[in-house]
Formats: sequence, C-alpha cells, structure tokens
Amino acid sequence: MSGMLLHGSLIAAQVMLALAMACAAWRMLVGPRAQDRVLATDALYVDAMLLMLTFGMRTGSTLYFEAAMVIALVGFVSTVALAKFLMRGEVIE
Amino acid sequence: MSPFADVPLWVAVPVAALVLLGAALVLTGALGLLRFGTFYQRAHAPTLGTTFGMASILLASMLLFTALQSRLVLHEILIGVFVTLTTPVTLMLLVQAASWRDRSEAETAQRRNKKAADA
Repeated sequence: MSGMLLHGSLIAAQVMLALAMACAAWRMLVGPRAQDRVLATDALYVDAMLLMLTFGMRTGSTLYFEAAMVIALVGFVSTVALAKFLMRGEVIE
Repeated sequence: MSPFADVPLWVAVPVAALVLLGAALVLTGALGLLRFGTFYQRAHAPTLGTTFGMASILLASMLLFTALQSRLVLHEILIGVFVTLTTPVTLMLLVQAASWRDRSEAETAQRRNKKAADA
C-alpha cells in the first residue's frame, strides 16, 4: 500500500520535474537575449538536481545525493561565471 | 517497489504529499519562466522552485531515508543551505549584469540618434 503510494507519487513528481526542465530548456534555446539564456540554465540546473534527488528516493539509495550536491555546486559556479561574463566581457579579471 | 515495502503508511503519506507539492511548485516556476513577458519578470519565476519547491522535496527525502534506514538522516540540509545561500547571489549578479547591459545599450542608441539628428 505505502509502496504503491510512494512509487506513484515519485513517478508523478519526476514527470512534473521533467516538464519543468523542458520549459527551462525551451527558454534557453529561444532566448531572446543572453541573460534569459543564463537564467534558464540556472533553472535547468536546479531542476536537474531535484530530479536526481527524486531518483535517489525512488531507488532507495543515498548515492544520488552526492550527484545532486555536485550539480548544485557546479550550477552555482557556472551561473556566476556567465553573469560576470555578461557584465564585463571576461570571466577572470 | 521493493525498497518501500516496510515503510509505514504514516511516513509514506507526508512523503508523497511533500514530493508532489515540491514538483508542482517547480513546474509552476518553470511555466512562469516560459510565459512572463520581460527578463525582470522572468527572473522571479524560478525562485518559487528554488526555495519552497526545493525545501519540500528535501524534507520528503529526509523523512523517507530516516524511515528506510531507521536512523536520523539529515545530510539533505547541506543542499538546502547551499542553494538558499547561492540563489540570491546568482540572481543579483545576473540582474545587475542585465540592467547594466540595458543601460549601456540605451546610451549607445541615444548617441546614435543624436548623431543622426546633427547630420
């Protein structure tokens, strides 16, 4: 009973997160400007991290937690680097 | 569904509700990112997912792993603290860059118009 409930709700959550990732990817491809693309990339990273967490919950292993942590770290660094690039035209001054 | 066989129902119901709530909030934020008109409006939408959506999914994960391993599992707090600290920083940098770009473009256009009017 609880297994079926958890399984169904986790699959539904994964479908919703995948749709959110598709929305962010569409915004990233369409633009219209560079800052929109960077914002969409940031949203895509966060959605991917949450999808990783729900994968981990579905399989019942904590291994996916590390992957989610790495995605969060790398996403932050890349968004900051891209924002700096938009501002100054170079990443490291 | 083998890993969830011995999870009690009073844990499974809140976990399912929190996961569904979090995913629905993330989807709402992504739809806002898709539908809003200007960049400054769009910058607000995904924060719905990065604050409340993330928090409820992390809470569900903590509850589920605490029940599965029958000990207190709290390491998801790390991700929560990290994302809560970094999201405002990234968005402030990004909006600053965007407003700087808008201003410099407006100045360039003004200069060009003035030159055209003088000629």
